[in-house]
Amino acid sequence: MARIDLNNLAHSYLAKPKSDADYALRKTDHVWEDGRAYALLGPSGCGKTTLLNIISGLLQPSEGKVLFDGKDVSALPPQERNIAQVFQFPVIYDTMSVFDNLAFPLRNRKIPPAEVQTRVKEVAEMLELVDVLDKRAANLSADAKQKISLGRGLVRSDVAAILFDEPLTVIDPHLKLMLRRKLKQIHARFKLTMVYVTHDQLEALTFADQVVVMNEGRVLQIGTPQDLFENPQHTFVGYFIGSPGMNFLPCTMQNGSACLGEIRIPIGKETEQLQGNFELGIRPEFLVLHNNPLPETYKVTVKEIEDLGNCQIVRVQLAEHTLKVKVPEGQEVPAEYGFLEFPPEWIRLYADGNLIERGVQKQPQLEPVQ
Amino acid sequence: MAMTLENVTKIVAKECHIDNISLQLEPGTFNILLGRTLSGKTTLMRLMAGLERPSQGRILIDGQDMTRIPVRKRDVAMVYQQFINYPSMTVYKNIASPLRLAKVAGKEIDRRVREVAEVLHIDALLDRFPNELSGGQQQRTAIARALVKDTELLLLDEPLVNLDYKLREELRIEMREIFKRRKSIVIYATTEPLEALALGGNTAVLHEGHLEQFGSTIDVYQHPQSTRIAQAFSDPAMNFFNGTIDSGTLQLGNKEPMPLRHHLEELPPGSYQFGMRPSHLHLQRKSDDDIEFQTTIDLIEISGSETFIHIIHNGHTWISQQQGIHAYQMGQPIQAYVDLAQLYVFNLDGHRVASPKNDSLELT
Repeated sequence: MARIDLNNLAHSYLAKPKSDADYALRKTDHVWEDGRAYALLGPSGCGKTTLLNIISGLLQPSEGKVLFDGKDVSALPPQERNIAQVFQFPVIYDTMSVFDNLAFPLRNRKIPPAEVQTRVKEVAEMLELVDVLDKRAANLSADAKQKISLGRGLVRSDVAAILFDEPLTVIDPHLKLMLRRKLKQIHARFKLTMVYVTHDQLEALTFADQVVVMNEGRVLQIGTPQDLFENPQHTFVGYFIGSPGMNFLPCTMQNGSACLGEIRIPIGKETEQLQGNFELGIRPEFLVLHNNPLPETYKVTVKEIEDLGNCQIVRVQLAEHTLKVKVPEGQEVPAEYGFLEFPPEWIRLYADGNLIERGVQKQPQLEPVQ
Repeated sequence: MAMTLENVTKIVAKECHIDNISLQLEPGTFNILLGRTLSGKTTLMRLMAGLERPSQGRILIDGQDMTRIPVRKRDVAMVYQQFINYPSMTVYKNIASPLRLAKVAGKEIDRRVREVAEVLHIDALLDRFPNELSGGQQQRTAIARALVKDTELLLLDEPLVNLDYKLREELRIEMREIFKRRKSIVIYATTEPLEALALGGNTAVLHEGHLEQFGSTIDVYQHPQSTRIAQAFSDPAMNFFNGTIDSGTLQLGNKEPMPLRHHLEELPPGSYQFGMRPSHLHLQRKSDDDIEFQTTIDLIEISGSETFIHIIHNGHTWISQQQGIHAYQMGQPIQAYVDLAQLYVFNLDGHRVASPKNDSLELT
């Protein structure tokens, strides 16, 4: 397994890119550590597949380098990069048995037969393919075929990295869960460097210990699911991660308070020196809607209540802004007016989309709603 | 108009796709068909539209038998999962096409196309062709075409399923607003309980061609008549365990019997299945009425703002749904708790006996 360095990496499909918008992948400089599971997450067209293809060697970057354990592999084709790949659709040899399919990547590298036996058995057990090892791959269901593809990706212990491109898209929902669990277990056990592309938020956040959120060709944040939820580094991450996403209110800062017209929301002493235009960000989960006025609450108009059973999404209006508040199940929502509390520890400030680090920011332990 | 389905059955090649469904739909209502793939949602919509004829039973509109009237003589619009637009026409012409067919005057067409395009936020795209649009914009165009003519019946068959989740979130809220103002009967098919809840209105739960329950969406959610409906209308699925009620106590395996409280007090002695929603299964003690279970962490799933903790209890997998992001180790032993007040009770045949009272929840 290898550490992956993305060294001033960028890619444009155009011969002479002029502006940022001409880049499918804008300048990226990161070190991905050995043995971790990374998920590339973002809306379609965000550049995640471009980045995966550069790492796998299907695409040569127009700028910068990719290093595996310090060695420049930018110019090498996929077969010389010592990687395993799993694609959206099964890639298997129909005429071979399941065993031979799984053994293929090993035999190809002249691994001794005894070791082939051990590895194939091990992978087949993990993926619950033991009973079909002697069957021809052609006669199996789509799910089983994709499991073989996964198995072929996992069978070699000496690869630099395993790359997954939407591997569970064609899998039945029930089996998806089982395979997610398997992938997690496999990662925990073998400490493989894994890179996983998906548009499915649940899959990315469940699979990865580091999630790479991308938009418009840019890597906006690399972090744990908890980082992305509690401290989005960019307004897009706040919006994209979580349902509903973060609320943003354009404001100016004065004497440590966010000013929205007449409204002043105190944020903290450490922001006293901040001046100018910002966006105040707060997640719907952290806003508190009261029925009665309390100190440091703000009168809001209740516009709509979406009762989702286990919680209610309440849309409220504060001055000319609409905010979403997640109200716990069973809590009564005022019919017309309510009073909104902004817990200061959960307020985030953004300038030009980027999080302002406030230094003294608390990292509170989130209490489950109830 | 009002629509009545009277004992409607549809049999295709000896297989029963729709089994004796009776349903009364009022004008200006929003009605959701909730069920898994192949539960009969699409077939039922096609029967309502007149695209197919029932094998038995009748479909009445305002009391008049419409069973044998073909679709083109009915006042219906339909939106499908796939984005279906005319590729050679601009967005404007796509939306205008039902009005042109109906020979509406040019000025009126223009007014209505622009109006509906504005509601769906595609007014800036009217001169483009469908292949120049994103998936979300294409589906908005298809929805606009269905909305532009004020049809009496509007059918939407999983219209958001092929869109990414942020778009779904936005369009869901918009749809709610749009349908509020209409006099048509709107029918909306979905496989997702959360979508049904977000859209509100009424919900009909379908399972293998049967109508399992019909009522206001939140009422069906809160009072499912069977374990099957509870399963269908819970995402993640409801968790179950068996227990016995005897001498005023709840007895679970070799646990200390617990005195009955809340809605359980009236239950006659016997064996029952108890259901708990994932959002009511906690990993910390919350109240004196909590039942404690010894479990093991199996898998943690994270949705972005919620954590689904899969735990194993006596070989059964349960899910605890929690707000926020929480880390647990796979294989870690852990106690799980559920408040007696939040238990659903079913008999061993799966029929509902009691469900939690909504006002019995402690407000904080």
